[in-house]
Amino acid sequence: MATIEKVETPEGTRRRVAAKPSTWVVWFLVAVFFVFLVGILSSVVVDSFAKQWFGTWLPPEFTADWYAAAWDRFDLTHVMGVTLLVAVAVVVLSVLIGVPAAYLLARRNFPGKRLITLLFLMPIIIPPITYGIPLATVMYNFGLGRTVLAVVLVNLVPSVPFVIMTMTPFIEQINPAIENAARMCGATMKDVFLRILAPLLIPGILAAAILVLVRTVGMFELTFLVSGPRSDTLVVAIYRAMTSAGGAEARQLVSSMAVLYTATMLVILVIALRFINPTQLVARVKDSSDD
Amino acid sequence: MSTVAPARTPGSRKDGRSTASLQHRLAERGIDRSLLMLLPAVLFTFALFVYPFAYGIGLTVQPNPDVVEKWGGGIFANYVAFFSDPFFRDSVWITMRLALPAALFNVLASVPVAFKLRGKFRGKRALTTLLVLPITLGTVLTAQGLLIFAGRQGWLNRFLMDVGLIQEPFQLVMNYTGVFLSLVISGFPFAFLLISSYLSGIDPSLEAAATTLGASWFQRFRRIILPLLAPGLATTFILTFVLAFSVFPSARLVGDATGETRVMALMAYRAFGEQIDYPMASTVAILMGVIELAVIALVLLWRSTFYKGSTGGKG
Repeated sequence: MATIEKVETPEGTRRRVAAKPSTWVVWFLVAVFFVFLVGILSSVVVDSFAKQWFGTWLPPEFTADWYAAAWDRFDLTHVMGVTLLVAVAVVVLSVLIGVPAAYLLARRNFPGKRLITLLFLMPIIIPPITYGIPLATVMYNFGLGRTVLAVVLVNLVPSVPFVIMTMTPFIEQINPAIENAARMCGATMKDVFLRILAPLLIPGILAAAILVLVRTVGMFELTFLVSGPRSDTLVVAIYRAMTSAGGAEARQLVSSMAVLYTATMLVILVIALRFINPTQLVARVKDSSDD
Repeated sequence: MSTVAPARTPGSRKDGRSTASLQHRLAERGIDRSLLMLLPAVLFTFALFVYPFAYGIGLTVQPNPDVVEKWGGGIFANYVAFFSDPFFRDSVWITMRLALPAALFNVLASVPVAFKLRGKFRGKRALTTLLVLPITLGTVLTAQGLLIFAGRQGWLNRFLMDVGLIQEPFQLVMNYTGVFLSLVISGFPFAFLLISSYLSGIDPSLEAAATTLGASWFQRFRRIILPLLAPGLATTFILTFVLAFSVFPSARLVGDATGETRVMALMAYRAFGEQIDYPMASTVAILMGVIELAVIALVLLWRSTFYKGSTGGKG
């Protein structure tokens, strides 16, 4: 890209001056976006440490008491435990179910392949509420409502297709000759999977797993529909605190919970960015949804 | 859909046992025992997606007696109620009024930004990372942040008033604007990511060729980039629209849940969780899906009038 710009410069400086306003507009847009982003994040953080904050630039007194208060009041040990348990269970199950299916979709042609692909795509396209409400009704009918199991199951619905859609192009990249060579040397399907594919697939599985983890920790709609007080994840607990009986909870309590949530997410994100390049990953997803 | 998929997988297993030649012939067409690897995913999708979905559609034609009594229409009473009761009917318009502009804004704003940021420069990765960050914030935290930051006492209004741009604080939350802002904050990074990856898929030599032939900046954009980018724009619009269409927590937390932002998702949840009217809840939910798919179909139809083919691959 840089070379094109260089070709352009001898044509005269006038064009560069004329192009400037558009550049300014773009940077202005980005700046406004960041003002909101930084403003939103930092006001929640400041608020969570404020003893009281009303009508001033900065709160007059700072305290960390809200964290302890929120931790006790909403039983965050339990909430965090449930969030972790659900996230790990969803990641493990969706990888176990999704990767073999992705392998077949990547390597094989069979009748009805397009139909199967469409079937796996549906939960990603349809709004979560649309399938979430019938699904939650079924869960309540089976007596699973408000259990952790139900929370895990509903979160699997978008996660398994997500793993399939991210892993299929990833598996397509792996040279099939390697597998064929292993088979020629007498490896069974199990050997091929465990000794050949698994090591090659680890980066892709990690990327998909981390994205599923982020989505599950952040998933509100589906979890909210089936969870109860003892099976709430952190997002749902924050939502319930924000909406409880006309906002009776102190704002700072909610803020400190929100900060805890962001901190959890940031840790996951930092780990995630060590393994994956976001733009590249989306491009892979795009390729898969195009065919 | 439901007839073909399950018939095939067990069928292949049964046929595999019968005769060697049949097994061979099936294998030639791509059916053999390794297809069993699909079984967990297919079973799972049927148990947790197809079955509940069908069950939900079934529920919509089993309305509660009081709905039938009030609106008539027999087994279709829920649908009659939805389209006759302005309380329900208006939520469609309310949802559209929120989701369409938000999705459109996110797509249109990310095109110039992605365009400017596609070259190589210092700190590009850092900037991209920062733009991606809000994806992990989640709607609930964004809502809480907006309430504090853009509220009447918040930094934004305080700054604008101190600078003298405005006299009275802007009402930015607890209304349409609040939900719109929250949709942009969570949707823009997503649209930006997709559009940049589509842009990077356009071969730069095409543009270079146009430049050598004397095409101006605008001509290059209009004649080269835009036609190649149009399919990507359509896909991005669909995906951001899906996100905006099913908005639920922010409509409740930073919106006006009984008025301006009484979106369909909220109506569905209210019927489900507050009135415990499962048939009505399913009706709203299914109609939500139908309307969303209709919009997607329209966009895809529009997209099919564009250049179809590879956008030139990466680099």
